[in-house]
Amino acid sequence: MLSIKNLHASIDGKEILKGINLEIKAGEVHAIMGPNGSGKSTLSSVLAGKEDYEVTEGEVIFNGKNLLELSPEDRAREGVFLAFQYPVEIPGVSNINFLKTALNEIRAYKGLPAMEAKDFLALVKEKQKLVELDGKLANRSVNEGFSGGEKKRNEIFQMAMLEPKLAILDETDSGLDIDALRIVAGGVNKLKSKDNATIVITHYQRLLDYIVPDFVHVLYNGKIVKSGTKELALELEEKGYDFIKEGATL
Amino acid sequence: MNVVEKITVTDKLLKQIESQKLPSWAGEYRKSALESFTKQGIPNRKSEEYKYCKIDLILKDEFVINPSKNIAKTQLTEALILKDAITIVVVNGVLNEELSAFKNLPKGISVCSLKEASEKHSTVFEKHYSKYADVTADPFIALNTAITKGGTFIHIEKNAVIELPIHIIHVSTANENNIVNPRNLIVIENSTQAKIIESFVTIDSKAKIFNNAVTEIFVGEHAILQHYKIQEENDFGNLVSTTQVQQEKQSVFNTNTVTLSGSFVRNNLNIVLNAQNIESHLNGLYLTNGHQVVDNHTLVDHRMPNCNSNELYKGVIDGASTATFNGKIFVRKDAQKTNAFQSNKNILLNDDSTVNTKPQLEIYADDVKCSHGTSTGKLDEEKIFYLRARGLSEVSAKKLLMLAFASEVLNTIELEPLRDYLENKTMLVFQ
Repeated sequence: MLSIKNLHASIDGKEILKGINLEIKAGEVHAIMGPNGSGKSTLSSVLAGKEDYEVTEGEVIFNGKNLLELSPEDRAREGVFLAFQYPVEIPGVSNINFLKTALNEIRAYKGLPAMEAKDFLALVKEKQKLVELDGKLANRSVNEGFSGGEKKRNEIFQMAMLEPKLAILDETDSGLDIDALRIVAGGVNKLKSKDNATIVITHYQRLLDYIVPDFVHVLYNGKIVKSGTKELALELEEKGYDFIKEGATL
Repeated sequence: MNVVEKITVTDKLLKQIESQKLPSWAGEYRKSALESFTKQGIPNRKSEEYKYCKIDLILKDEFVINPSKNIAKTQLTEALILKDAITIVVVNGVLNEELSAFKNLPKGISVCSLKEASEKHSTVFEKHYSKYADVTADPFIALNTAITKGGTFIHIEKNAVIELPIHIIHVSTANENNIVNPRNLIVIENSTQAKIIESFVTIDSKAKIFNNAVTEIFVGEHAILQHYKIQEENDFGNLVSTTQVQQEKQSVFNTNTVTLSGSFVRNNLNIVLNAQNIESHLNGLYLTNGHQVVDNHTLVDHRMPNCNSNELYKGVIDGASTATFNGKIFVRKDAQKTNAFQSNKNILLNDDSTVNTKPQLEIYADDVKCSHGTSTGKLDEEKIFYLRARGLSEVSAKKLLMLAFASEVLNTIELEPLRDYLENKTMLVFQ
């Protein structure tokens, strides 16, 4: 589904990603772990198409298409979804209106007619339950005045509405208490299928107790320095990132 | 060497006025108003109050003053924003009863031309006409008072609650360049309630129009008035619109000024809070493009204690247009416990567009809560990216953000059909 080859990216002339290689197949969950500043969030931003970053080398193929040539909206329409680490507050834009516009633009891209209002509202109701999102929140302005946990739940709610093929969860656990974490992880697990894939980016192992990865990759200094199965996450938790750093400098 | 005599725009206008026969009603006000206009003249870029307006350049062409011209009822359709309303149509500054619909008025309200009011409602007319809009304070008030051919008189009797919105449609129509001077007097007495919309449109028009409109509003004790100004003149439309408001004890005045089009628009909104426990809400939205110039001047004059005023003006500025906001809050010595807030926010969509913003607070009382703030910026890139990452095109992301920005003002419009109309219009502007 996703094939990243020798990806280099920089911001303001400073190289952050220094040759990432990653293969993800449908149905898989990949965790990307790493210390602060290792390039985790840069990787998610580059995949989503944030224009602040310049890709200097390498390629990203998503379902046969050159992802790097697509605009952010076309990536979303092709099925890439980024759950933001810091979801933006947009006063005055209602969650529901925004999602309706998003969903219908994605449908138009695929040559499908706009969704009937009735069907759309039914879908909203169904997906709200998935992340236990209060109906009132769905009707409010996008993320305005939401608590940290509500913002993260809203991200997963949007993900549920848009049904992406590849979901990238960028530090979705940051700032979540254990109850909110359980709800968010539960939502993600319910959305998992053999046709879609998930990248979980996190600093801590805790989230991986709830969203169990098939593969764990350790990102350090712009490169994947170690890959393994879920046991690698436990090892990291136990030994800390220092053992990776030491290994990397050896 | 030839000496070219330089005739100013003011001289030219005065010469034209001299050759005209002015209406006899309100005759006693006309002479001193004309003197006052002569003294002040048409402002140029050196006048502080009009320095971004270039009105002397607009008026340098030949203009006919107050010409009569009519339109057909069928041409009015688009201007009828509200299905149910008391509709008053003023064409080139003159009330047209045939085009209007105010025959079966509810109890407690009178509507007629100012000329008729000066005869049939002489007590109210004498008490209020030209008592608030000060001819010595502004040359356009002076010009209007001197040469107006009429306009609308609305009187709402004590304790009357008028549920139907009252819609004054100011139609400008021209075969040749013209100057028109509509004048309105709105008196809503103690304990009344009303909703009044003033809209400005151009219909069947082929030439430049300079529309110099003045509306005086008296809001009696304990009265509540919702007031709206909707400006949709065409690319040849130039409008100076003065609204002068006098509020009495415990009254509430809510006003929204929405400017959607017109080559040049200058709004002067002056509110005098003349007693205690008054509430005033001033909201404005201007969406400019092309070479439009839109200039909003507001003056909130707190004269007495325990009053609240709240002001929010927002603009989306595109193309090579210029928007100006100049808001003055005046808190006099006696006006203790005043709460006065003002905010002006602008989005600049284009490097060629300009915003001038000047919030001013003048406070002479020592126990007050006042604040003002202004911000001008571009659309937030983070927000645009967030929306695009969900599948919205860049264009729809921007449109959604602009609409959200504008909705803070539009949401203050209590009259639902009007709010719907303006939301739709706003979306069309952002296409």
